[in-house]
Amino acid sequence: MIRKLFHNTTVLAGLIWRRDRMRIPVWILSIALVSISVAMSFPSLYPEGPERFIIAETLKNPAMISMIGPGYGLGNYHIGAIMAHQMLLFTAMAVAMMNIMLTIRHTRRDEESGRIEVIRSLPVGRLSNAAATILVLAITNISLGLVMSVGLGVLGLEGMDWAGSLLYGAVLTTVGIFFAALTLLFSQLTETSRAAQGYTFAFLGVAYLLRAIGDIGSETLSRLSPLGLILRTQVYVQNYWWPIWVVLVLAGIIGCAALRLNATRDLQAGIIAARPGRRYASRLLRSPLGLVWRLERTSILSWAVGIFILGASYGSVFRDIDSFFQTSDLYQKILPMIEDFSLSEQFVAMLLSIMSMMAAIPALLILLKLGAEEKANRTEHLLARAVSRSGLLGSFLVIAMVVAVIMQVLSVLGLWTVAALSIHGNPFPFFETLWAGMIYVPMMWILLGVATALLGFFPKRTGMVWLYLTYSFFTIYLGNILQLPEWMAKLTPWGHVPNVPLEPIKSSTVVVSLLLAIILIGLGFYGYNKRDIRG
Amino acid sequence: MAIVKIDNVTKKFGNFTALGGIHLEIQQGEVYGFIGPNGAGKTTTIRILLGILKATSGVAQIFGLNAWDDAVEIHKRIAYVPGEVNLWSNLTGGEVIDLFVRLRGSNHKSRREELIERFDLDPTKKCGTYSKGNRQKVALVAAFAADADLYILDEPTSGLDPLMELTFRECVAEAKEAGKSVLLSSHILSEVERLCDRVSIIRQGQIIESGSLKELRHLTMTRVRVETAMPILHLEEIPGVQNVEVFAGGASFQVEGSRLGEVLKQISQYDILALESAPPTLEDLFIHHYQGEA
Ligand SMILES: Nc1ncnc2c1ncn2[C@@H]1O[C@H](COP(=O)(O)OP(=O)(O)OP(=O)(O)O)[C@@H](O)[C@H]1O
Ligand SMILES: [Mg+2]
Repeated sequence: MIRKLFHNTTVLAGLIWRRDRMRIPVWILSIALVSISVAMSFPSLYPEGPERFIIAETLKNPAMISMIGPGYGLGNYHIGAIMAHQMLLFTAMAVAMMNIMLTIRHTRRDEESGRIEVIRSLPVGRLSNAAATILVLAITNISLGLVMSVGLGVLGLEGMDWAGSLLYGAVLTTVGIFFAALTLLFSQLTETSRAAQGYTFAFLGVAYLLRAIGDIGSETLSRLSPLGLILRTQVYVQNYWWPIWVVLVLAGIIGCAALRLNATRDLQAGIIAARPGRRYASRLLRSPLGLVWRLERTSILSWAVGIFILGASYGSVFRDIDSFFQTSDLYQKILPMIEDFSLSEQFVAMLLSIMSMMAAIPALLILLKLGAEEKANRTEHLLARAVSRSGLLGSFLVIAMVVAVIMQVLSVLGLWTVAALSIHGNPFPFFETLWAGMIYVPMMWILLGVATALLGFFPKRTGMVWLYLTYSFFTIYLGNILQLPEWMAKLTPWGHVPNVPLEPIKSSTVVVSLLLAIILIGLGFYGYNKRDIRG
Repeated sequence: MAIVKIDNVTKKFGNFTALGGIHLEIQQGEVYGFIGPNGAGKTTTIRILLGILKATSGVAQIFGLNAWDDAVEIHKRIAYVPGEVNLWSNLTGGEVIDLFVRLRGSNHKSRREELIERFDLDPTKKCGTYSKGNRQKVALVAAFAADADLYILDEPTSGLDPLMELTFRECVAEAKEAGKSVLLSSHILSEVERLCDRVSIIRQGQIIESGSLKELRHLTMTRVRVETAMPILHLEEIPGVQNVEVFAGGASFQVEGSRLGEVLKQISQYDILALESAPPTLEDLFIHHYQGEA
């Protein structure tokens, strides 16, 4: 009986490999290469000596901990400890994203588009496709772990012994397998690949925030998050293996639950049955603009809640920063030397910048939906009617631009509310903080402009805009820590924003960014009106 | 032996009842037509037979095996073509056909080549660039290249051109000659009429009629057109006559198959000059059943 459920799994695994024989190696290599080259740059960034000790001391502040995780071995901050402290969490999140996207691609998305139906009419077990996906991803994650272990191990840098490197790779493999299993579970619960992907990414976000709040306040909270848990391995410092086993067992349980659901449910069905909807279109649903809103409203509302919570969670960090600021001897010594320096305000500027990147995601998703609609041959329904191309693109763009503003306002609101409530004698006047947040809106629009231009000229390459956002994120978020050269940050719109509220807003920056956004958008409209529409 | 046996099968999606207790039996060597309006439950029935939907209650068997529990065993001996064929855009048609053949475990290379030729398919194209009809052909070639005992076809010709439809009919006829069974769901009634030995009509999740075409015709109306020397009086009042249209020198009407003789006897007293009668087409049957009971 059990064997029947898995009949022909290996053939399907071969199919998955055939489809992804480029994609998977590219993922593995790019993650491994980034890590290895960062590791190679550390010895020159952090030369041995007393400076390194001072850096380690500054990294002990709650703002930093909430961002990159608790530091272990700060007393003897060798290159291994630096690597695990500054790189492991983010690499683990990248591995999680890889697993989420690959798993969705081969499970719910294939099922949704009817491809699994033909497969299932052949002598193939009910669980074979899920099992084949797990198999391929397990091999992928193990390979990634091995490449990473060997790559870091052979560098032989100070403090990076083989035992630690092996664990470093094992952490990534474990996180990968955990998120593959989790995505498989969400793929069973929801009827669409979009929903499954949304839930799993939301889980990843919550796991990150739980860790951020836990790491500065409560060890228990951190251990509830799989991301927090795997940092407790203290790679290169203590090399504990127990978190690996815990997360692997959890992944096993989640995977089994997913398989169980998969074996008993109908094909193309979720666990929650679809309900009937409205008989007539509402008054709003009269135009392409109304259509975009109707299609996206659920996702917009969920993002709105998520972004507010993100802001609020960051806001909750401030109380700790404030008290830290008052008790840390080191800061008391350093700070008076720098005029007008405030750690809190510095941190606010950083957070506003990061949150605006997060808030740009829903806006981008909406705009790129137009590309997905074209791929699914649904734009022809509209363009064959009295809808112009500019009208169609414009509808998606307008909603995306408005959503960008709303999301950024919500993130500032979340941050400000919690920070104001928790800090005695609130140091943040509301309107100043709001303005400081709004300065990022033109930057978000530039990103939308890039996406519009891609839609106009390279509709198959719209994914590039995600790469650009990821690049921006890394150079801004980690640029200071990794001491990346300044021109790398200048390649992203975010690199040009003054450190408001520390520095004054320059109107020239705003005007130039708005102009750039308009030019990119104009280009996009030009291209979209001239090119072939696939369907 | 009954190849397919569906006994009192129901299927609910949440509160919605898609199938309300249907019965259906297909014998060996039989081509079985399955027709009904949109949303009647044809695809649902077929998916239950394929073991990808689980029946809420009732028994669905193929080759005497349970459709859900023994899906793998059953699928080694069946071939399926869906109406809407979606394939992996970066694989070629040839690769997909081979994959499907490999999953089944049988290998008929010569048959594959012959079918590709007959269906005029270019197997080197990527599936993402095929037209709708060409995607359908990939599924048809993969299905008929398999040496199956039962072919399950759900609107298999919805995207084919007339020439390819002819090839499809030949393939079904060959399968029948070789003693294979076929379940064909289709909206193209002329196709069903030409190919099928027996037919079931499903409506709102209930099978409302099944039998050979001859049996079904007997239950419905024959269309008659007569020209008479004298005008026919009180035609409507003759039992069994419906839909009367009177024109100068004659009339056309429909009459129940079982009462045809009696009616003609009555009319003959008006001096028949010319008489045409047409057996009901499947289309007539179809319309009769849907409108009659709506
Ligand atoms: N997953 C589902 N959830 C809810 N209702 C469903 C689901 N799948 C099918 N139905 C409903 O079940 C009924 C039967 O659908 P089915 O696809 O079997 O019709 P069909 O006879 O194949 O129609 P067509 O001729 O259009 O192909 C329809 O009313 C359909 O809306
Ligand atoms: Mg159907």
